[in-house]
Parts: sequence; C-alpha cells; structure tokens
Amino acid sequence: MASRRKGIRLSWVDCIVFAALIAAAAYVSYRVDSVLEYRWDWSGIPGYLYRWDEDQQRWVANLLMQGLFTTLRLALWGIVLAAVIGVLFGIMRTAGRLFPRMLSRAYVELIRNIPPLVFVFIFYFFISSQVMPLLGVEEYVRNASAGTLAWLEFLFGPPKLIPNVIAGILCLSMFEGAYVTEIVRAGIQAVPKTQAEAGLSVGLSDRQLMRYVILPQAVQRVVPPLAGQFITLVKNSSIVSLISIQELTFLAVETAVSTMRMFEVWITVAALYFGVCFCCALLFNRLERRMAVTGP
Amino acid sequence: MRFPKGPHTPGKVVIEFEGVNKWFGEFHVLKDINLQVRERERVVICGPSGSGKSTLIRCINRLEEHQEGRIVVDGHELGNDPKSAAAIRKEVGMVFPILNLFPLLRVVYNCMRGPSNAGGFSMAEARDRAMEYLARVRIPEQAEKYPGQLSGGQQQRVAIARSLCMQPRIMLFDEPTSALDPEMIKEVLDVMADLAKSGMTMIVVTHEMGFARTVADTMVFMDAGRIVESAPPERFFARPESGRSKLFLSRILSH
Repeated sequence: MASRRKGIRLSWVDCIVFAALIAAAAYVSYRVDSVLEYRWDWSGIPGYLYRWDEDQQRWVANLLMQGLFTTLRLALWGIVLAAVIGVLFGIMRTAGRLFPRMLSRAYVELIRNIPPLVFVFIFYFFISSQVMPLLGVEEYVRNASAGTLAWLEFLFGPPKLIPNVIAGILCLSMFEGAYVTEIVRAGIQAVPKTQAEAGLSVGLSDRQLMRYVILPQAVQRVVPPLAGQFITLVKNSSIVSLISIQELTFLAVETAVSTMRMFEVWITVAALYFGVCFCCALLFNRLERRMAVTGP
Repeated sequence: MRFPKGPHTPGKVVIEFEGVNKWFGEFHVLKDINLQVRERERVVICGPSGSGKSTLIRCINRLEEHQEGRIVVDGHELGNDPKSAAAIRKEVGMVFPILNLFPLLRVVYNCMRGPSNAGGFSMAEARDRAMEYLARVRIPEQAEKYPGQLSGGQQQRVAIARSLCMQPRIMLFDEPTSALDPEMIKEVLDVMADLAKSGMTMIVVTHEMGFARTVADTMVFMDAGRIVESAPPERFFARPESGRSKLFLSRILSH
C-alpha cells in the first residue's frame, strides 16, 4: 500500500546519480565546444534526410533516408531468412541422425568462431562471383515488367541496387542464422522429454512431433533471446556497409565525409538506429506478453 | 465394494513377453520377463521403485527398446516387424506418471492432435471424437481451456481422453496418480475403473492397492527386474507366496 506507484519517489542516491550524469554530459559538451573547437551546425542535416526535388516538384528521400530504408529492408529480410535458417539448422542440430547434426554443427562453429567482418569479406566474394550469377538476379531484374519492378522496388529498393541488396541480405542472414540456430537448439532441448513421449504415444511421427509439439514450445521459450538476436541483426546490418551495400552506415560515411559534419551526421544516424531497434524491442516485448497470455 | 467382473471373459493373448532382457548400460533392468496379457484383461503391476515396472510397460509401446527376447503386441513382434513403432503406438494408449499435456494447446486440441495427424481424420471428425472422450472422462466443459488452467486430476483425465481418442486396443497406465494430490487421485481412478468396466485391455503400474484389489484380474509383483509373483488379487493379497511380496505388501498396506 505504501508504494502504490513504483519509481515516483526519488531517494538521495538517485539524486546524486542524476546530478553526476548531468555534470558529465555538461563536461563532455564543454570539451567538444571549447577544446575541440567544434562548431555545431545542424542546419544541413534535415536536407540529407529529405530534399525538395525541383524536377518532380515533391520531397524525396535523400542519402540518409535512402540508407535507412535499405537498412530496414536488410533487417526485415535478414530476420526472416535468419529465422528460417535458424529453425532448419536448429532442428538438424538436435536430429537423431549424424549427418544433419554434423552439418549444422559445422555451420554454427565455422561462423561463430570467425569475426563477422572476415566472414562478410570472404562470403561476399563467394556470393557476388558465384551465387548471384547462379540465381540470375540481375537478369531477372533487367527483364522484369513494370508491374513486377514496382513490387521489387518496394521489397528490395531501387532496381539497379537489387543484386547488391540481396547479396547483403544473404551475408547478414547466413551470419546471424548461426546464432539463431544455437538459440533454437537450446529451446528444443529445453522442452521436456516427456512431451516427446506424450506425442509419440498418440502415434505422431517424428516430423509431426517436431512441428506440433516440440517446436512451438521451443520457440515460446526462446522469444527473449531471439528478440535480442534480431535487434543485434539490425545493428550488425551496418557491417555489410564494408562490402558497399548502400545502407545507412555506408551512406552516412559518404555524407559525413562530404559535408564534414561528423558529429551531426553520426548522432543523427545513431538516433535512427536507436529508433528502429527500440521499436523492435517494444514489438518483441508485446509479442512475449501475448504469448504468455495464450500459454499455460 | 466388489468390482463387477461382469461380462469379462479374457480373450486371445494380445501382449506376450518371452524371455525379455533389457539393460541400461551396465544396469540389468529387466531380467527374463515372461508375461501374457489377454484381451480385456486388467493387469496391475506393483513393486518397489526401481524394480523395472515402468520400463516393462514402456517396452510395450516402444518408448524403450529391449535387447533380448521377444515382445509381441497385437500380433506384431516389436523390433522385428515391418510395422513401425508409430503404428504400434496407435493401438496402444499410454498415460504417464507426470502431467504432460501439450501446454500450448487447448484441452480439445490436445485430444485432436492424435486423430487428426496420426489417424487421418478431418478436424471436424477429430473434434467430435475428442468431445466424446472428454465427456467419457467427465470434463467436456473444460474443452476450451489450456492445460495449465486445470487441476492435476483434471489434467490426468484429459491425458486419458487424449489416449482414448486414438481408440487404442490396449491402455498402459504408468503410475497415473503419482503426481497428484490425494484428493484428486480418486477422480482419476474412477475414470480408470469405468474404462475397465467397458472391457478395455489395461496394464496399470500403481501403488493404489485399493484400486488394484477391485479392478485387477491379475496382480504382477516385480522386484529387482524380475517378475516375482503373478496371481489373481484375491490370492495375492490374502496369501502372497514370496517373501518379497509379503514384505512389500506389509509396508504399503500397513498405513
């Protein structure tokens, strides 16, 4: 009864911590202003988000927003693909037969034990020289009708960058998929063995057992770590800027260099990433709560 | 109260163990098991914990594999017959010692999973059947709830209904009341007694000697992996033959 509303009353410790934080922030901005003699100039930044196009007579996304959209596409497709890879390899990882188990283990260990940058450099070379021609993406885009092209643009961004974006998505999802695999495996192994026995005893096949009994429970258990991994995926999408995927970080580098407004550009970019990731976090929180309600 | 043995006439042999041996690693858990269960027979298996009772009945639906000897279930020799384990399991229902309904599925879907996936029934048919058996275990009104919202006794009755939905010819009960509070045990045993009356072939591992006395046709007493004694309940409870069964009975009947 004493604390009907939590977190309203401040103790003196809170006050001291709060004061210290304000002091630290003031000190940093003072240093930047006086010692670095940095001239803040935010005036150009909105123009790099959106600009007025004289020819079309309307506002169009400029570099940073284009980058953000590409990042969102990378993240969305990356999450979907990483989830598919993770579930598939996660199931294989717990399989009874040796071959799928070994294959999945090899995949996970290979990716977990090399730095993401190195992986991306190697894998990108492989993808751009081998996989993309094989998939025939470029050709497909070139020959696509106007209708499909509009769809493709909505899903993957500007047509001439589609092969580029798809390569980025493949890199990112292959990389994050390994971590999702481990999470899914942990989830599957956390489902009590008695659930499997119950399923088998009513005549379900191994496949039905996995699909209807084990996997749903496994996924429910691992929603929090999965959410963390997907948010990591959004942030890690910046890694593919190194292979010239034109996403937010890549275009931010260009903008920062050409405008010389380092802090302003990067703070803006940080805010954009924060916005996206925080929205993801809120979304997953809701999902988690909803699953808890429908659960046992 | 005597349990009406009724129209009960044991038929042909549906489960047969012949010289079955099983090891868990070094541990010899089943030793030279010979057992015959006839159609409509009710067998209660008792014995101290670790004596191999659960392992024995888990061999019947292939949750455990035996290493030596023959087990024939419904005319199919296990491990040797092209008929798969899944096919055997459709004929043999099982209720487990712990509560293991599928937690993310509503009660009625728990019961429908088997018929709709393994039995090849449409969802509507599976649902009808699920409701029929939920009524048999006297909880049709709980059909739309989740298992976590039910009491232990209710969950165990749903587990029985879930097995019955496959319309098995044989039901195995592995200490179905061991996880339950005392006041819930009776509701589960009552459902099992009903099932026995309907002529189901049942093998029950339990320590509920009152239930055993009234329902069993045959008492099987196991100790250290062996079947020590096998007798009708009248004789088993009144004049146990072996020293081990005497000791066991004196311990669990004394309180």
